[in-house]
Amino acid sequence: MTRSESVDIGKPVAVPVKEDGDGDGGDVAAHVSRTRAVVRRFRANRSAVVGCALLLLIIIVTAAAPLIAPYGPTQVDISDRLSGPTAEHWLGTDSLGRDTLTRLMYGGRVSLAAAGLAVLIATAIGLPLGLISGYFGGVVDWFLDRAADVLMSFPAIVLTIAIIAAVGPGLTTAMVSLGIVYAPRMFRVVRGSTIEVRREVYIEASTSIGTPSLMILRKRVMPNILPATLVQLSFLLASALLAEVTVSLLGLGALPPTASWGSMLGQAFQEMRSQPWLAVYPGIAIAIATLCFNLVGDGLRDAFGRETRKA
Amino acid sequence: MLRLLSVRLLAMIPLLVIVSFLIYSLIALVPGGPEVVLAGDNPTPERIQEIREELGLDDPFLVQYWNWLTDVLQGDLGNSFVDDQSVWSAVAAGFPVTLSLVALTLLIAAVLGLALGLAAGLRPGSWIDRLSTVTASAFMALPYFWVGMMLVLLFAIQVRMLPAVGYVPFTQSPLEWLEHLILPAFSLATVPTAVVARQTRAAVTSVMQEDYVRTARAKGLHPRRVAVKHVMKNAAVPVVTAFGVEANRLIGATVVIEQLFALPGVGKLAYFSVFSRDFPMVQGILLITAVLIMLVNLAVDLSYGYFNPKVRTS
Repeated sequence: MTRSESVDIGKPVAVPVKEDGDGDGGDVAAHVSRTRAVVRRFRANRSAVVGCALLLLIIIVTAAAPLIAPYGPTQVDISDRLSGPTAEHWLGTDSLGRDTLTRLMYGGRVSLAAAGLAVLIATAIGLPLGLISGYFGGVVDWFLDRAADVLMSFPAIVLTIAIIAAVGPGLTTAMVSLGIVYAPRMFRVVRGSTIEVRREVYIEASTSIGTPSLMILRKRVMPNILPATLVQLSFLLASALLAEVTVSLLGLGALPPTASWGSMLGQAFQEMRSQPWLAVYPGIAIAIATLCFNLVGDGLRDAFGRETRKA
Repeated sequence: MLRLLSVRLLAMIPLLVIVSFLIYSLIALVPGGPEVVLAGDNPTPERIQEIREELGLDDPFLVQYWNWLTDVLQGDLGNSFVDDQSVWSAVAAGFPVTLSLVALTLLIAAVLGLALGLAAGLRPGSWIDRLSTVTASAFMALPYFWVGMMLVLLFAIQVRMLPAVGYVPFTQSPLEWLEHLILPAFSLATVPTAVVARQTRAAVTSVMQEDYVRTARAKGLHPRRVAVKHVMKNAAVPVVTAFGVEANRLIGATVVIEQLFALPGVGKLAYFSVFSRDFPMVQGILLITAVLIMLVNLAVDLSYGYFNPKVRTS
């Protein structure tokens, strides 16, 4: 799932910094007004707002599953198996008589949390290394960039599966592996923006007055690479969700009886001839969530970018 | 050109050394090591020791890696833990299936994506443009394996028009070959189609604003001729770019799709090997995949020069 890498993030929005003497990155007012402008532009983008709202709704519904779900996720009703939509089971039941709506809610928790974990790990590795690599350059940069080349010369899902083959199946293993596999994608974006920011005059100014590197990275570079990082984050979340589903679908991630959108889809495939509806719902849920992540990502990119906005 | 090619091929060598080391190191991650996997249930310590010696697992790790690498360089990827078949012959058996699948996928993506992108790009803002954009977004968001399931549901279970599973070689019956591959290829093609459509649309809209297109129209050239002569020529680049970007993902996706449609390709082999912890097979497939992806990326890079002379010198 490399499509997010080709996305033009737009130049990092480098705000000319008026030094106000406290050495914290200059004019505070400039920062605030920029944030406001980004928020305003994001809110003017209808599809991004809809995506964001839907995403929040999905997160709230799945997080509140224990409170609002009509049944337990593993509650079995053997007399009512593979039923279609009924008054008791709005979306029907699976081959063990478990309520599909309930499992969809609980499955969303598992799938979204898993995707979040993978992206968190990818960011925890990729962000600091990308900063170091892009800012300091040299041998470290060469080495890290080659390492990224190596990891990216495999299809993400194949590498993840191979790691699972060695370590053994399970959702946590799968997501940690995926986090490592995705780390170069975050690394590449952070490194690229850092290199661009480093060329700006205000960085040179900071260096020349002797500001320590760590301070420059934190106060000058970080705020300016944030847009690209956030955009990449939302696209990675979409990819990670799809990867979780893939891994669980293949029976290497979430193991029964745990519901995840992927494992539900995997089971539904087995039952497709007797109850085709089972395969429909998780797919729609995944598609909506993926679409929302993409819409939010597109919206963020347009709101941050200067050039892309015009198009 | 030849010099560029050889430089790029040489640059692959260090990368390949690291890649192969990483692949071999996967063994080090196995709890208990491959000897435990090979020895089966309730093995005696003597049996495990026997296998360790057989596989040379008591040698230092780097020595093991070196032995494996020299074998690989001589074209020996080892034998399967499961049925002792050589990794090469197993991969070679599945390769035509996967190649057929990928080729058909790319064909569908190119035709459909170009059509969508051109229709949208020639008339930005029109209803065709909006329809094409919505289709592309939907193709982007729909999980490809779910599309596959829905296609099976529609065309194999509800309407018994196409087979749901299996494979027939092209040499045996081209028609049946197509019948068996069309559903999996279409489900794989969704994302590449969307990517090609988006890239083509962007390329076409920007070409349409070029001075030479304006000139061509001003001198009274029919819009269709403008589209064919000036715009289409530039559409090859985005398609190639999209294929380059998608190649990596596509190879990964075949693992899932071949599993769903029971196609006996390399993807299904990879999945089976992972499940049966057949390490030589997993290593071999990973290595071949990595080399393939590197070659595809190289081919894509080189083709930029072919399609766009401006980048040739840089």
